[in-house]
Amino acid sequence: MNNLFNRKYVVQGVFIVVLLILVAKLFYIQIASDKYFISANSNVLRNIFTYPARGAILDRNGHVLVQNEPVYDLMVTPKEVKPFDTLDLCRTIGIDKKKFDKNWRKAISQNGYRESIFEKQLSVQVYARLQEKLGRYSGFRVQKRTVRQYPDSVGGQLFGYVKEVSEKDIKNSGGYYRMGDYIGKSGLEMSYEEVLRGQRGITRMIYDVHNVAQGSYANGEFDTLAVSGAQLISGIDIKLQKLGEKLMQNKVGAIVAIEPATGEILSFVSSPSYDPNLTVGRDWGNNYMKLFANPYRVFNSRPIQGMYPPGSSFKPIDALIGMQEGVIDPNTTFFCPGFYQAGRHRVRCEHVDGNTNLRRGLARSCNTYACYIFQKLLTRKGMKSQRAMYGDWEEKIRKFGFGHKLEIDLPYERKGIFYTEEEYNKRWGKRWGYTTVISLAIGQGEITATPLQMANAMAIIANRGYYYRPHIIKSVGDNREIDEKYRSKNFAGVDARHYEPVIDGMEDAVNAGYGTAYASRVPNILLCGKTGTVQNPHGKNHAVFIGFAPRVNPKIAIAVIVENAGYGGSYAAPIASYMVEQYLTDSISPGRRAQADWMMQQNLLPALKTKVKPGRIDTIRNRIDTARKKPDTGSRKTTTQPTKAERKP
Amino acid sequence: MKAQQGNRFFFNVDWITVMLYITLCAIGWVNIYAAVYNPEKADVFDFSANYGRQLIFIISGLVLGFSLLLFDGKFFNIFSPVIYGITILLLIAVLFIGRNVGGNQAWIPIGSFRLQPSEFAKFGTALLLSRYVSTFSPKFRDLKSIAIAAAIVATPLLLILKQPDTGSALVFLAFMFPLYREGLSGYFLLVFLGMIVLFVADFLVPYKILIPVIVAAGVAFIYFNRRRPKNMFAGLVVTLVAVAYLFLVKLAYDKVLEPHQRSRIEIILGLKTDPKGAGYNVNQSKIAIGSGQALGRGFLQGTQTKYGYVPEQSTDFIFSTVGEEWGFAGCTVVVLLYCLLLLRLVNLAERQRSAFSRVYGYAVACILFFHVFINIGMTIGIVPVIGIPLPFLSYGGSSLWSFTILLFIFLKLDSNRMGFI
Repeated sequence: MNNLFNRKYVVQGVFIVVLLILVAKLFYIQIASDKYFISANSNVLRNIFTYPARGAILDRNGHVLVQNEPVYDLMVTPKEVKPFDTLDLCRTIGIDKKKFDKNWRKAISQNGYRESIFEKQLSVQVYARLQEKLGRYSGFRVQKRTVRQYPDSVGGQLFGYVKEVSEKDIKNSGGYYRMGDYIGKSGLEMSYEEVLRGQRGITRMIYDVHNVAQGSYANGEFDTLAVSGAQLISGIDIKLQKLGEKLMQNKVGAIVAIEPATGEILSFVSSPSYDPNLTVGRDWGNNYMKLFANPYRVFNSRPIQGMYPPGSSFKPIDALIGMQEGVIDPNTTFFCPGFYQAGRHRVRCEHVDGNTNLRRGLARSCNTYACYIFQKLLTRKGMKSQRAMYGDWEEKIRKFGFGHKLEIDLPYERKGIFYTEEEYNKRWGKRWGYTTVISLAIGQGEITATPLQMANAMAIIANRGYYYRPHIIKSVGDNREIDEKYRSKNFAGVDARHYEPVIDGMEDAVNAGYGTAYASRVPNILLCGKTGTVQNPHGKNHAVFIGFAPRVNPKIAIAVIVENAGYGGSYAAPIASYMVEQYLTDSISPGRRAQADWMMQQNLLPALKTKVKPGRIDTIRNRIDTARKKPDTGSRKTTTQPTKAERKP
Repeated sequence: MKAQQGNRFFFNVDWITVMLYITLCAIGWVNIYAAVYNPEKADVFDFSANYGRQLIFIISGLVLGFSLLLFDGKFFNIFSPVIYGITILLLIAVLFIGRNVGGNQAWIPIGSFRLQPSEFAKFGTALLLSRYVSTFSPKFRDLKSIAIAAAIVATPLLLILKQPDTGSALVFLAFMFPLYREGLSGYFLLVFLGMIVLFVADFLVPYKILIPVIVAAGVAFIYFNRRRPKNMFAGLVVTLVAVAYLFLVKLAYDKVLEPHQRSRIEIILGLKTDPKGAGYNVNQSKIAIGSGQALGRGFLQGTQTKYGYVPEQSTDFIFSTVGEEWGFAGCTVVVLLYCLLLLRLVNLAERQRSAFSRVYGYAVACILFFHVFINIGMTIGIVPVIGIPLPFLSYGGSSLWSFTILLFIFLKLDSNRMGFI
């Protein structure tokens, strides 16, 4: 019996050991691990987000360019839905039974207690109809949100568009965005996303196991209010912008107008353009496909992405650097026999002017004169150092904004092509000299610039020596701040005194009877400019005009490029003149009004060399293929034969 | 004489046990209150709410318990076969007239209350087993006495399995401990332990590793006992039986168990995670307990409790309320109280002069122990979900009353220990 009495300790020992195991496990889940604590919070806490309105965008005079419009998302919580007249609902919100079934399957594929979007972005009209009947559809609710609206239907590429975030966006944002959020995908919407989107509000709610809200967490201590997006004031002049888009309709090209004194962009036209209202609402998917299939590539923002050889419009800069380096002065005369002989190459002129001085050379756009300046610049320290002198020249050109991004406040700006000395060395070894690259003197060859860069070069000349980085937005939010880089002067490295002789030439180009753009002179305004006719190996030449006005205290610097339009004086210069007149006088004089209307009606769209046989159904698919195979009409091809001279009017 | 006798009853009652019992009931009531708390209807005496009814159950349980003290101690000994017989009859009856709740045919409706015969079968069995041991003083060295004891335990066990209420049936394994105390070989406990270990290993370790390991262990055992043929033989048999057992378990697992039971076992063994399906209860219970951390969220502050995330919270999962609102500290206190109660009961059992009281005392302690271990183990995920209540804490009249009767019969026997039975 004594022996058995000891078994008491065995039994008690078992009790103690087993209960200790329980305590140990409790210690693990309650103290050692906080996994369960976090799970408990995610069980009961839900963050309810309130979305602020995106910031509006205004023009320089306070006119609204981009605003918000309410739309209504129809939300559904499947578990709360009771049988109802589905056909009636379909009719009310304008969908068919098939779409209804698809939406319904999507809604129930997730947790039936969770609310999800049933149909997106119902208009105010649909909402008004739906609201009366909503009581009959239990489990359905309407959530208001806002979408973009563009009163003037202009500036598609400029404003860009907003779109639902992709998974990549969510990842890149470090988890800021959530499924179903909207994000700016291009243009201003993209570059100012962080200020436009505002700050969404968070309400932390406690939910019970049946997903019924039980009140706010910690009396709302951690809740935040939604903060509306900041308002942006742009430098755009809406009247100028509208005129620009009208003038450019049925043409491919770009207009950039800058206020020289500030670097603010007055007009930003990319043609063909599109109505930004197409990017909003339920039809965006279809609209996108249509726009995408347009063979003229409407999503290309040509003012900052189109790269064109500057052509003759480059000549004023040649002259400025020539004078700064002392290789010419305003009275230097070169003899133009109708061509410039560079070794075995011949750069031809369209005229035989004989002895030509700087003023006349610019006004008449004399290739010979420009080539002589270039020759003198590169050979001023002897033939042996001409490559080193090229490097020197190239650096000076860069200071005028060529060959690098101007860092405008828009995404996807391109920098253009501009070779350094090393790049030429790599290409030709050491066996090259000024004759090899002589076409650069007339803005052809291994040089391309965006319309923005060309307009900026004009702003430098208008300012007599410096520029502000061009920018669209001049004021952000209540503090009206913009980036420091848009508020400081950038000097081009040419003394102010050298500008007047060049401007004399540019004045004559428009206002003297022998100038290349005499037809485009503006009454009572001294427009100074320079035409360019850019060789295009793929088709008709591109027309270019750059200029500024008025001569004294300039208010506008402008670059106009019309692809495949031939002579710069015929299309680009008139368009620029109407823009300048509109901006400076707020109207176009009656005498020129008819000409401007005629210009608007011109269709200069280059013919498409499609491979689609006539009679075949022109499906979107093969139109896209065509658009891809023929990236565009050749404007981006940059190299032209250096031997071929530029023709000019 | 009558008054003196009454006095004697109350003076001899073990007040430590009574206080532990009342404390646990009180803790249970507080947590049931928290589990079904509704701020708009917080009346303590709201008898439509669980806590209001539990208050009735506790008070009537106390009355019932103390009235049991008025019985003559000999009553239970003499009438044990009758009580056992009644419970067996009830267990049979419930299979025919019982009401099916949650898949178990375990309830006999009586008016507005429902009686759960399996709860009462526990003390019926305990009483008859005690009677058997005290009458025949078996030493459990022979097959006959083991068979009789096994029959007494197995009859209600099998009837309950038929309901099928696996949880309550498993509790009857607790009777191994009193029999062990009375002389049953310790090997039975070891074999039982070995069966559990092999059962778990059967699922976690692949056969190509498990079987060589068992065979190697058997061969080694036989080798070291090569001078003792009897041990060699035993080693051989044990090895063969162990291997056969492995296959039998797998077979039984696939053919006998219901799918929901299989998935519960798989979840405990970590073979499967299913937080939305079969593992939902355990997962939510663990979250609630784990979120209590060291000191708990405080009375009525538990979010999981308040917003109904743990199913069956006032009954089988009442411990999750303790865990969430009172934290590790509160859990430890509850476990400690149970530990004190169990150790006290064993000590009380050992001081009995009669074998009847001693065996019964051990039975009470071990039944409580099984309940505590399985219930708490289930809420923290170390035991499969088998729905048995936590003694004195869980909501429910049947379980509270049956535990009270179980305990107070022993207290009566203990208060009477000096007298003859």
